[in-house]
Amino acid sequence: MQLRERLRDYALPTLTFVLMLGLWEGIVVVFNMPRFVLPAPTAVWASFLRWQSAIWGHALQTLYTTLVGFGIAVAVGLLLGWLVGYSAVLYKALYPLLVAFNSVPKVAIVPVLVIWFGIGTVPAVLTAFLISFFPIVVNVATGLATLEPELRDVLRSLGAGRFQVFYKVGLPRTMPYFFASMKVAVTLAFVGSVIAETVASNRGVGYLMIAASSRFDVPLVFAGLLVIGAMGVVLYVGFAFLEGRLTSWAYRK
Amino acid sequence: MSNERAVASAQRSSESIAVAFDNVNLVYRAKDSSTAALEDINMSVGKGEFVVVAGPSGCGKTTLLKLIAGLISPTEGEVRLVGQRVRGPSKVVGMAFQNPTLLPWRTMLQNVLLPLEIVEPHRSQFRRERAAYMRKANELLESVHLTGFANAHPWQLSGGMQQRASLCRALIHEPEILLLDEPFGALDAFTREELWLVLQDLWLERTCTVMLVTHDLREAVFLGDTVYVMSKRPGTLTERSEVPFSRPRTLEGCFEPEFLEMFRRIREQIGEVRERTS
Repeated sequence: MQLRERLRDYALPTLTFVLMLGLWEGIVVVFNMPRFVLPAPTAVWASFLRWQSAIWGHALQTLYTTLVGFGIAVAVGLLLGWLVGYSAVLYKALYPLLVAFNSVPKVAIVPVLVIWFGIGTVPAVLTAFLISFFPIVVNVATGLATLEPELRDVLRSLGAGRFQVFYKVGLPRTMPYFFASMKVAVTLAFVGSVIAETVASNRGVGYLMIAASSRFDVPLVFAGLLVIGAMGVVLYVGFAFLEGRLTSWAYRK
Repeated sequence: MSNERAVASAQRSSESIAVAFDNVNLVYRAKDSSTAALEDINMSVGKGEFVVVAGPSGCGKTTLLKLIAGLISPTEGEVRLVGQRVRGPSKVVGMAFQNPTLLPWRTMLQNVLLPLEIVEPHRSQFRRERAAYMRKANELLESVHLTGFANAHPWQLSGGMQQRASLCRALIHEPEILLLDEPFGALDAFTREELWLVLQDLWLERTCTVMLVTHDLREAVFLGDTVYVMSKRPGTLTERSEVPFSRPRTLEGCFEPEFLEMFRRIREQIGEVRERTS
């Protein structure tokens, strides 16, 4: 049983990944795709090995801006989410603004950020933050706003004030919502960083891909994509693990 | 009838009265309509008394308890707890609800400890007295036969077990008045009867006043010293019966002719109330 579950959890995703690579390789070979249109996985891998040291540096830069931006998004998202979920007045006041803000394509904001902060790390961090804080706010606010009135009455009948109700019930109750949103937000943060790097940076995987595509080095572009994908998966798994440990009660395990 | 009652309640000295309602009216106001939820409620509950309010669903029984708990305030009239006018939630009250409403992220023990983290003076000495409080919570869990489940999470246990823990939570801060809002309403018949006995034992062990609200008339007669019948919309207390049976009562006692007679009478009263309002 244990072994079977392990097999399902690890072998299945690996299998689909390998199958996808095989299909990709097959298509390239069968249709004889030119390298600058669609490079084969083997070519991408070769390119990755060749540029390995350069890719590492850029990847670390992207990881750094993503995590810093994501960290700010978590702090701001939790705070705003709690505020908006806690107070109906603030909800009414802030929600339309937040939705409007989230509807703005973040690519459009990057040039403005460049005017304010110059090119490089700061716009990437800020874009990562801007793109990833919204799901956190919405989820945390929902978690608080859907608090069962019965649970609130339990605490109120003991004479608990609003803050105590929040601290004892609201806060723990939002945790599953918070972790669910973190998994979405961390992958979005990558999107933000890479967008900013492609537009305005001379470091990072985004920059690497733009530079490579301008030289028609498509295998390197794909290598960059794969690196981002891999980093995204690793962080997602990390947060899924944390979620399982910290909010196991919500999954009743 | 209401005169007699007024005299009876006046005869009791004010110190021996745990809960008193004085001409209480409650009107729920919505945007363009208002519903009279409770009308002209007069009642006094002696200290240590076990009072049951029985009535059809939607008659305002829960509202009655919420008034005592200070969760809502009356439109007119006054509710007093041990001589003090109710102005908000008070620590002399412990309340258990129809659903166990345990916090799923806490273990049973932590759930039972919750009131001590909120109610003074326990709150400020919680850290210092933690060991003593945990012992007390464990003893309570033991008294309702939940030994060994202290570290389980509520959702791992059955509804009856959760409801027992909910009773413990309502009692841990030693309230003078225990309010029970149909606490056994969602349980199956066997578990319900089992919990009647548990509740009776808990009550006999301490000196608290209990006010139980229910639509189960056997439950009302089995548990109550005094049973009030409540009518629907607006909610008023129409009848009051004293239940003379000695304690501790047993489940076998439910089949005695006196018990059945009492049960039949209260059932008739409720029937009349229902006919009048439908």
